[in-house]
Amino acid sequence: MSISINPDKCTGCETCVTACPFAAIEMRDGKAYITEACTVCGACVDACEFQAIDRTEEAAKPAVDLSAYQGVWVFAEQHKGDIASVSLELLGEGRKLADKRKAKLSAVFIGSGIRDKAAELIAHGADIVYVADDPALKDFNDDSYAAVLTTLAKQHKPEIILAGATAIGRSFFPKVASTLYTGLTADCTMLDIDAATGHLHQTRPAFGGNIMATIVTPNHRPQMATVRHKVMKPAARNGSRTGDIIDVTFKQAGTVRTRVVKTVEELTETVNICEADIIVAGGRGLGSAKNFAMLEELAKVLGGAVAATRGAVDEGWIAYSHQVGQTGKTVCPKLYIAAGISGAIQHVAGMSSADVIVAINKDPDAPIFNVATYGIVGDVNEVIPAMIKKFREIRG
Amino acid sequence: MNIIVLVKQVPDTAEVKINRETNTLIRDGVPSIINPFDMYAIEEALRLREKHGGKVTAVTMGPPQAAEALKQAVAMGVDDAVLLSDRAFAGADTWATSYALAAGIRKIGTFDLVIAGKQAIDGDTAQVGPETADMLDIPFVAYIRKIEQVEGKKMVAERLMDEGYDVVETTLPALITVVKEINEPRLPSLKGKMKAKNLTVTAWNAKDINADDARIGLKGSPTQVVRIFPPAPRGNREMLSGSIDEQVGTVAKNLKGQSLI
Ligand SMILES: Cc1cc2nc3c(=O)[nH]c(=O)nc-3n(C[C@H](O)[C@H](O)[C@H](O)COP(=O)(O)OP(=O)(O)OC[C@H]3O[C@@H](n4cnc5c(N)ncnc54)[C@H](O)[C@@H]3O)c2cc1C
Ligand SMILES: Nc1ncnc2c1ncn2[C@@H]1O[C@H](COP(=O)(O)O)[C@@H](O)[C@H]1O
Repeated sequence: MSISINPDKCTGCETCVTACPFAAIEMRDGKAYITEACTVCGACVDACEFQAIDRTEEAAKPAVDLSAYQGVWVFAEQHKGDIASVSLELLGEGRKLADKRKAKLSAVFIGSGIRDKAAELIAHGADIVYVADDPALKDFNDDSYAAVLTTLAKQHKPEIILAGATAIGRSFFPKVASTLYTGLTADCTMLDIDAATGHLHQTRPAFGGNIMATIVTPNHRPQMATVRHKVMKPAARNGSRTGDIIDVTFKQAGTVRTRVVKTVEELTETVNICEADIIVAGGRGLGSAKNFAMLEELAKVLGGAVAATRGAVDEGWIAYSHQVGQTGKTVCPKLYIAAGISGAIQHVAGMSSADVIVAINKDPDAPIFNVATYGIVGDVNEVIPAMIKKFREIRG
Repeated sequence: MNIIVLVKQVPDTAEVKINRETNTLIRDGVPSIINPFDMYAIEEALRLREKHGGKVTAVTMGPPQAAEALKQAVAMGVDDAVLLSDRAFAGADTWATSYALAAGIRKIGTFDLVIAGKQAIDGDTAQVGPETADMLDIPFVAYIRKIEQVEGKKMVAERLMDEGYDVVETTLPALITVVKEINEPRLPSLKGKMKAKNLTVTAWNAKDINADDARIGLKGSPTQVVRIFPPAPRGNREMLSGSIDEQVGTVAKNLKGQSLI
């Protein structure tokens, strides 16, 4: 594939220069010129009013026999035997994709002492569960997790493999994709399949959430993606579903290169903010650690989790593991209450896909109000206590 | 200790805005910066060198102007810089980028540690680190927030996870990616700035690093971007009015109406 400019049609209007998300078009001698930063995304083709830009699709030959790959797989993540909620969401989505392709849905379940939980994955939509249950797989390890999945994928040739965009999924999926020489799309928020070709259209935010990009892996298989929490819907649990549980043996290949010495849980509460339905987040506007503690109370009343801006983390009011945004976590709750947060783009990038956002800020021009569903202009020191009182009344 | 840092030049996404009329990104005057996570990678490499001796080499794959990012790294104290640049690298996805970086690193020769940022803020993929490690066949540990110990061919470090952190031991050479918590990057020194000014960055093309033509650039990339569009605008916003109690009451009523509380 390539992009070419027809100099006879190019009027030098520079529309394409601004349209290019990668700054890959320059003006040379009054005409547009495609530089090496071009990723052939085609944004300029759509933007040009003079049809002066062409995208030629050379029929690239598939690297592999695409038809040999069948079925949808989900990496089922677990922590001490508890299946991650995002994995159940992916089984829900995977079921739909598999049905569209009239194919099977499988789960790959890796850990130690987890075999009795495999039936739960079938109840949530899987037809087959591959279980690698071995004491050597107790802790997350990139090498061993990748070895299990890579071996299985080479054997059974799935068309699609999905994982949650969690710390674990985003750590070891790239290794699998690298070994299999295939495409991996990180942090997707939307998936769609072409029922005829099986091409997976993977949509994800880029440039700090300023744009969305749809990505395909046309000539390689399996097609791999990690998917954000809370954007897919889990299928309703059905205990009477049946399926096959297949044990796979794990063989340590070569020497062990990395090992977990210990695991420390650090969140002040048990709720992982990525999985929370309700989040109460605070920023520098809270003013002090003591005021920040009010948020914990509000979160408790609502049964939610506490998050923070980098500003609040830098003040030392809360641990970094609670930071939301570009250099923190991406969250997608049903309700996000933003208290004393200015709404800097780096923060908003991590929370703008919340269903409902309530913003509290004493500055009516704070940018957070641009993404808010409900905006309250006021002092957090008055608003938060009022909320605690009101919500407590409602929840009894 | 010989350390290689992977540095990417990115547009400062904080400055990138969408033109709502044309649905395109406004990039006029958007400055190019070193990917913020890579600043932590550079700083950590410098600290390790100060402690254990050795040499730090910064590597980037990008267009000729990416040399600017390397000069900035040298101004901070990096010893050497390598630019991988070739029109044939253009359009590389994470797989093809990692392939080129791994080939470049092999040409540099022996090393004990490769440090990359957790992710680049333009694409946010967080894949180039682990894919490069796989291609170099060295262990990979993500999200390092603290290096506790380096001794001989072993390193112990804290890896940030969703629910806390792990203490991980790994053999060296290895590739790690670092998160913001790990350090506070230093400013360039005067001496460093002088050095950067006079530096001619080593530039290698695809042939120099013995890259297979079929595995670099657009041709070597399994993924393709097929469409770019602005995110759906958020629904209506409502600025509330009245006393604090009234405003809180309105919010409470609405949230209850939507079964959110
Ligand atoms: C590369 C990079 C990455 C970054 N990554 C992140 C990230 O991941 N997450 C993140 O959050 N930030 C990130 N930032 C920082 C970001 O740019 C902002 O600086 C930060 O989000 C601001 O935090 P804040 O809203 O708490 O503080 P401020 O911007 O200081 O805002 C405080 C707000 O509180 C309001 N306020 C003050 N007092 C009161 C009161 N009594 N009642 C009500 N309102 C009050 C003020 O009007 C103001 O709007 C990043 C920055 C950079 C450069
Ligand atoms: N073109 C590149 N040149 C050098 N390093 C890169 C390049 N792309 C990515 N990296 C490194 O890989 C990390 C993760 O990038 P990404 O996978 O693009 O999110 C970055 O923080 C860099 O350290």
